[in-house]
This record gives sequence, structure tokens and C-alpha cells, in this order.
Amino acid sequence: MSIAARRYVLPLSIGAGLTLVPVVAGGDTYMVNLAVRIMCLAIAALGLDLILGYGRLVSFGHAAFFGAGAYAVGILSAHGVTSGPLLIAAAIATSAALALPIGAVSLRTRGVYFIMITLAFGQMLFFTTSSLSAYGGDDGLNLPARATFFGTDPFGSPVSFHYVVLAVLAFVYLACRAIVASRFGRVLRAAGEDERRVTAAGFPVMAYRLVAFVIAGGMAGLAGGLYAEFTEYVSPAYMSWQRSGEFIVMVVLGGAGSLHGAVLGAIGIVLLEEWLAEITEHWRLIFGPLLVLAALAGRDGITRLLGRRTP
Amino acid sequence: MSVTLLLIQTLNGLQLGVLLFLIAAGLTLVFGVMDFINLAHGVQYMLGAYFLAAFASATGSFALGLVLALAAALVCGVLLERLVLRRLYGRDHLDQVLATFGVILFLNEAVRAFWGSAPLHVEIPEALSGAVRLMPGLLYPLYRLVLIGAGLGVAVLLYVLVAHTRVGMRVRAGASDAAIVSALGVNVGRLFTLVFGFGAMLAGFAGALAAPILSVEPGMGDNILILAFVVVVIGGIGSVRGAFVAALLVGLVDTLGRSFSTSLMRLLLDSSAAAQAGPALASMLVYVLMALVLAVRPRGLFPASAG
Repeated sequence: MSIAARRYVLPLSIGAGLTLVPVVAGGDTYMVNLAVRIMCLAIAALGLDLILGYGRLVSFGHAAFFGAGAYAVGILSAHGVTSGPLLIAAAIATSAALALPIGAVSLRTRGVYFIMITLAFGQMLFFTTSSLSAYGGDDGLNLPARATFFGTDPFGSPVSFHYVVLAVLAFVYLACRAIVASRFGRVLRAAGEDERRVTAAGFPVMAYRLVAFVIAGGMAGLAGGLYAEFTEYVSPAYMSWQRSGEFIVMVVLGGAGSLHGAVLGAIGIVLLEEWLAEITEHWRLIFGPLLVLAALAGRDGITRLLGRRTP
Repeated sequence: MSVTLLLIQTLNGLQLGVLLFLIAAGLTLVFGVMDFINLAHGVQYMLGAYFLAAFASATGSFALGLVLALAAALVCGVLLERLVLRRLYGRDHLDQVLATFGVILFLNEAVRAFWGSAPLHVEIPEALSGAVRLMPGLLYPLYRLVLIGAGLGVAVLLYVLVAHTRVGMRVRAGASDAAIVSALGVNVGRLFTLVFGFGAMLAGFAGALAAPILSVEPGMGDNILILAFVVVVIGGIGSVRGAFVAALLVGLVDTLGRSFSTSLMRLLLDSSAAAQAGPALASMLVYVLMALVLAVRPRGLFPASAG
């Protein structure tokens, strides 16, 4: 497939496919709900792709920001807030505000340290939410009501929920493309390739990375906020480190550093999990070795299968 | 906050610290010598606990069970290294994360499929049951004291091994510059297998020791693994001494923090707010400690690598 095809055909066909899900599904809410779940996770995965795929920063705490966004929505809802714009803004702001100090500490380190520290901070937020006994602690928290937007109720039916999340996903995807293509994005990517040269060229690499980390955190918060609205429930499990691992798997197997790969990865991994879970209760016995094989064989799985091998 | 309670919690903290050290020692060497991130180290801890549970009940003897469990943990570690991890040395950290994440999912699920999700119960061996009077009004379970002692014993053994033997010298050299060690004619592949197998056995030992006092269940290694990461980060990658100091520090801060944070918060807040904020604060303490150490020393307290 040519470069133009990869840049336009694949993202457009994914978009078309997701648009058609409610039409194809007919009255089948299972399929629509599955698509909504996939798209929420894809929004967070896009954020991770920005720092992991382009910035080469392996953050193992991404789910923490996803969960923080979900909790922002959950806690405000529990206090009676139903204004959609306010809830979503709070989700983004909370996660971005947490990403700032966490990023500032983590980005001082490299390599293995960075992986372990982001993992540790993710776990910190996990245990913190587990100990919030006023908001359900370990058991999580049910949302009393879904958000409304200026008197309308777009989260009311699965189909309208689907199109709202699809629109957000499209917006986030385009925003990421704009970021990646910008000067900021090029510096971020160059620093991932060779930090020393970029520093020598006079760029404050740390500041660029921190901004990217905060943006990625905010995107995860947005995704988590939508996910909380979708499930009408939040729990510490949303920020478990296994979920952080899943986000990495989505981005990497979809093809890190391509953006649409993150979306493809989210689709592929969720569908694979659903499919394996239907076969056996112990589906991780199959999923785990698949990951090992994928890592041994080299990455970029799904995207490569779809014709990344340019002649 | 009585003195007795403080002493008991200090001992509990030491006990957690010792377990963390046993896990972190192998982890820090694997990180240091091979520049390899092994997320699957926590499952070795879990396997150690399960092996002990299985062998102790099969043989009816805790000691025999412990020996067999250690052997099994070693075999598992070496198998894992040979089959999977060996192929990932020198690869991108991302590949290592992905593969070892897959290994965790597989082994956690395998344990669940084989032994079930319900926690297993392991009896404290008869000779070590009961409690010791440490001072008037302070009784402490004998088994936990033995655990602390065993952990400290291993620490001393490990120190002698790493600091005063030829193999230990190679391991230290490998942690500071693996490429040069290889160029000097040391069989780094064999050194890696050795370090890895030994690390796996130590983690298995920690799991086996913890089995009678903690619940043996699938996924039990995951949370303690992340605490071990914190230990490694604070102590400095590749440094056994750093791992020891940091493990005790983390064990004490975590345990004391959990037992006293609520009463400390009462000094600042009213009771109900303190009951809320205390546990939340306590669960963050260890990570705040890590952040503070990193802010001052980004490479940990005792960095081993020269580069």
C-alpha cells in the first residue's frame, strides 16, 4: 500500500466502519455497546501513542489517567452535577493536572526507570481511589444519572451515545494528527530518536515531553470520563496496572507511531478478548502466549498484516 | 499510639521489608546486569507460594516442602529464561514489557485454572507456631520473627556472594558495564541464566515464606512486584545494597504509615475527615518517598552503573 493510501484509506475506512456499526447492528445493542467501549479505549490509546509511539516514552501508568477522568465524572455526579460539558471538562482537567507533577518527576528518568516509575505512580492512584471509602472504595461507585448537554440527552440511547463518542474520537484523532505534523510534534519525535542531538540543537526536550505527557493524560481523562458515563459506574479497576498494560498492547500491536494503529489496536484487542472469552473462561491462557509470540516476532502486528510492507 | 504498638508495627514493617528485599534483589540484578525489564518477576513470588502450598501438603512437612518449592522455583525461572526471555536481551524495552506482560497473564491464569481462584491456606509449621514474649506486654508470633531472621540471613549471604566471590565480582562488573565484561571473555549468556535463575529462586523463597501468613491466591505477586519496583528505583538499579536499604525503608514507611496516618491526620483534621484522608494518604506515602528520592537523586540512592 502506498503512503497516501496508508494515510487516508485506512483511517477513512476505520471511520466508515465505526459509523456503520449501529446501522449494521440493527437493534443489537450488544454490538453498539461493544463499539462504544472500543472507541473510549481508542481515545485513550491515541494519547498513549502520542508519547509512546512518537516520543518513545514507554508509560506504564496510562490507565491511571483514564481512571482519574472516570473518577472526576463519578465523584461530581455523586454530588449531583449533571452538566455534560462541566463533567467532561473536569475529567480532562483532573487527569491533565495529575499528569503534570507525575510527568515532571518521571521524565527526569530514562528507560527502565521511566517504565517502573510510571507504573508505580499509576499504582499510587489505584490505591488512593481504593481507599476513598466515601466514594465506594474497592467496590467503586454507581453514577446516579447520566450527563445532559444543554437540556438534550445524547447519552440517553446507545446509538446516540455511539455517535457522540465517534465524533469525539474523530476530533481527537485529527487533533493528534495536527500535533504530530506540527513543529512541536517533530521535536517530540526527534527527541525520541536522538535526545542528545535535539538537546544540542537548543530545544528544551524535557518541556516538550512534559507537555506531550500532559496532553496524553488529558486525552486519557477524556476517554475515562466518557467511559464512566457509558458504564454509569467507576471503580479502581479502571486504573489497574493490567489496563495500563492493555493500552500498551493496543498501541504496540496496532502499530505504534501511526495514530490509526492505536484505534486498530483497540478494535483488534477488544474483539480478540471478547472472542477468546467466548471460547474459554481461561482465555488469558491463550492471550498471554499470543503476546509473547507477538513480542518475539517483532511488533506492528495488525498494521503489518494490513499491508504495511511497502514494496 | 503506644510504644508496644509502635514496636509491633516496626517488626511488621521489617517483615514486609525483608520480603521486598528478597524480591527486589533478583529484580535489581536482572535490570542491572541485563538491562532487562522483567515484569514476570512477581509471578515467581506467586509460584513460590503455590509450590510450597502444594509440596507441604503433599509431603506433610514444611521444611521438605520449602526445599522442593525452591527447586521448582529455580526450574521455572531457568525455563522461563531459556524459552522466552533469552530471546529478548538487547531488544527494545517495549518488546520486553510486552512479552513479560504476556507471561504474567498466562501464569496468573494457569495458576487460577490449576488451583482455582480461592485463596489456599498454609499452616504455620508446628515448631514455629506460637508467640515470643519480647518484653512485658509484647507478644510477637515466632514464625514472623523467623521470617525476618531468614530474610536478614539471606541478605548477609547475598552480600558475601556478591561482594567477595568471583561470580559476584562478574555480576557486579556486568551491572556496571555488560559489554566490557563480555569483551573480557566472560560467558555473559551463562552469567545471565545464573543471575536470572537465582533471582527467580529468591523471589520464590519470599513467596514460600509468606505463604503461611498471607493469602496464597492468583495475582498475589502483582502488587508486591510494583512495590519491589519502587524499592529498585529508590535503591538504584543493579545495587543489592541499595535494594536492601530501600526495601527496609519502604517496608517500614508503608507499614507505619498505614497504622499511624489516621491518628496523625487527626491532629490536623476532625475525626471523620481524618478517617477518610488517613488511609488515602497512607497508600500514597511510599510513592511520595520514591518521588522525593528521585527529585534529589534521579538514579537512586546507590547507583551501580557507571554509564
